[in-house]
Amino acid sequence: MSGTTGKKIRAVIVDDEELARQMLREFLSGHSEIEIAAECANGFEAVKAVTELKPDLVFLDIQMPKLDGFEVLELIGTERAIIFVTAYDEYAIRAFDIHAVDYLLKPFGAERFEIALQRARQRLGGKLPSPTELSSSARPPSQPLERIVVRDGTRVFIIPVAKLDYAEAQDDYVALATGGKKHLKQQTISSLESALDSSRFLRIHRSYIVNLERVTKVEPYSKDNHVVVLSDGTQLPVSRSGYARLRDFLDQARAK
Amino acid sequence: MHPLLTRPRQLGLYLLAWIPLAGVLVYLLESGGLSLGEATALTVPLCLVYAFVCLAAWYPCRATPLEKSGFVKLLATHLTTAAVLGTYWTYQAKELAIGLAHFWPRFTGLDARLAKHFPLLWITGVLLYLMSVTFHYVLLAEQASREAQERALQARVLARDAELKALRAQVNPHFLFNCLHSVSALTSSDAGKAREMCILLADFLRTTLRLGGKETITLEEELALVRGYLAIEKVRFGVRLRMEEDVAKNVTETLIPPLLLQPLVENAIRHGIANLPEGGVIRLSAEEKANVVSILVENSFDPESPAPLKTGLGLDNIRQRLDTRYGAEASISVRTDGNRFQVSLRFPAHQNGVRA
Repeated sequence: MSGTTGKKIRAVIVDDEELARQMLREFLSGHSEIEIAAECANGFEAVKAVTELKPDLVFLDIQMPKLDGFEVLELIGTERAIIFVTAYDEYAIRAFDIHAVDYLLKPFGAERFEIALQRARQRLGGKLPSPTELSSSARPPSQPLERIVVRDGTRVFIIPVAKLDYAEAQDDYVALATGGKKHLKQQTISSLESALDSSRFLRIHRSYIVNLERVTKVEPYSKDNHVVVLSDGTQLPVSRSGYARLRDFLDQARAK
Repeated sequence: MHPLLTRPRQLGLYLLAWIPLAGVLVYLLESGGLSLGEATALTVPLCLVYAFVCLAAWYPCRATPLEKSGFVKLLATHLTTAAVLGTYWTYQAKELAIGLAHFWPRFTGLDARLAKHFPLLWITGVLLYLMSVTFHYVLLAEQASREAQERALQARVLARDAELKALRAQVNPHFLFNCLHSVSALTSSDAGKAREMCILLADFLRTTLRLGGKETITLEEELALVRGYLAIEKVRFGVRLRMEEDVAKNVTETLIPPLLLQPLVENAIRHGIANLPEGGVIRLSAEEKANVVSILVENSFDPESPAPLKTGLGLDNIRQRLDTRYGAEASISVRTDGNRFQVSLRFPAHQNGVRA
């Protein structure tokens, strides 16, 4: 893309600090082939701008209001070249795990910036890696998910996991049920299951994960089959292996 | 050197303890046929000298510690010494009697009359020495336990110092990196501002180093540091960062551990203001009532932002420092009220090292 004349690289700058944005603007001003399509000061703005403008390149800060850089990425996908810009070096491994083009550590100079830009051009010129299962890799494995971010068009919803009643697999998506509403998110139910705290959420069925705090009772449904009844009256099917897991959990809870 | 010889008071008590022993000996000799005068004239110099001789038990006692030496060794050491000293003491009594008989006509024949008391004298000498051995073992045990106590106390003091040193708040490196990035951005757009920021940063670092090395500082000094810190963050956050200060006059001179409030304000920015697109207010208030200082750091925060994983560390650090310094008299509590996050500290008021 960069090789073709006339076609500019469109970039979005995401940083909550004006001075940091100013610095990127300044470094980019010497590159006529790059056009700054938008500047965003927080995660919500970033998701909106990237969804609407579909830029080629995103300069992304990590510590920001509303959504952090990884959550933004989870919502916008990895179709774009991402250059992280942050003062924290501890996210570098996560960043490369999700195929970020580069990871600029503040403060950085023009030379280092040029290297990042060069890498971005190479990435944009070549074939992009297919979008990966972001939500599972964009999170340190030791730490259970605390909130789930969902995008609906340019709107972003943040669901604290405590408010998630259950999740249901629907093809490539999961439907996240919270307070009677459902939000669709492009993620497999298995990757959601592994991200959630296993002491609070249980896979009761090939297609269902339930928040154990919502379960009021488990009832037989037919021979070999059960259903769980949630506090709002919703009934969810329980598979045979799901029922075994549920019983294990209840036994353990009783033992404590 | 024997410990009693360096402590006149204790030596005096030791010699006093010999008076009843000497009395018993006078009584024994008197009932054995000597006159009261003769018995006293013999006993007083004998006991006075023997009291000091018995202090020598210190050395064999120390050389054969009770818990480490075998029974046979203990018995052999002390009985041998006791027998030798008993003989010595009897011999001295004999010499003394001869001397007295020679120089004072009223004691004529004392040496002959004393001769039948030699076994009694020998046994007394042995027993007195064995009593001294017992006394010295008690003395040694007491000394050992006092030394152990001192060592334990010393260890506690060292541990506390080490703990305070370890807990001493450090400047957060990310704060530095972000600052340097801001300076770097300003160099081309506003060189004057860049220079100003360098100076603010240098002042802050210098003050941190200076105050951090101290045991305590005044609240006013800490507040000055906090203001310096906020001035720097203000360059980064601009209008998003607003500060309110409400510090009572009577509390500015109170003494606090250094860098107690700066980390709280830093948390307030990192986990509060930095997560709000429009920013917010940090409110710091301090007052003193009935010798208790209360400090409240309050900031706006986004209740929807994920619970910070690292605030706990900063707060734990402050909690431990307060605990090490004031024990149960200090407390720290954290609460959230809607979109306000509050940390309150309470600890006893001290001024210039003394309780105000």
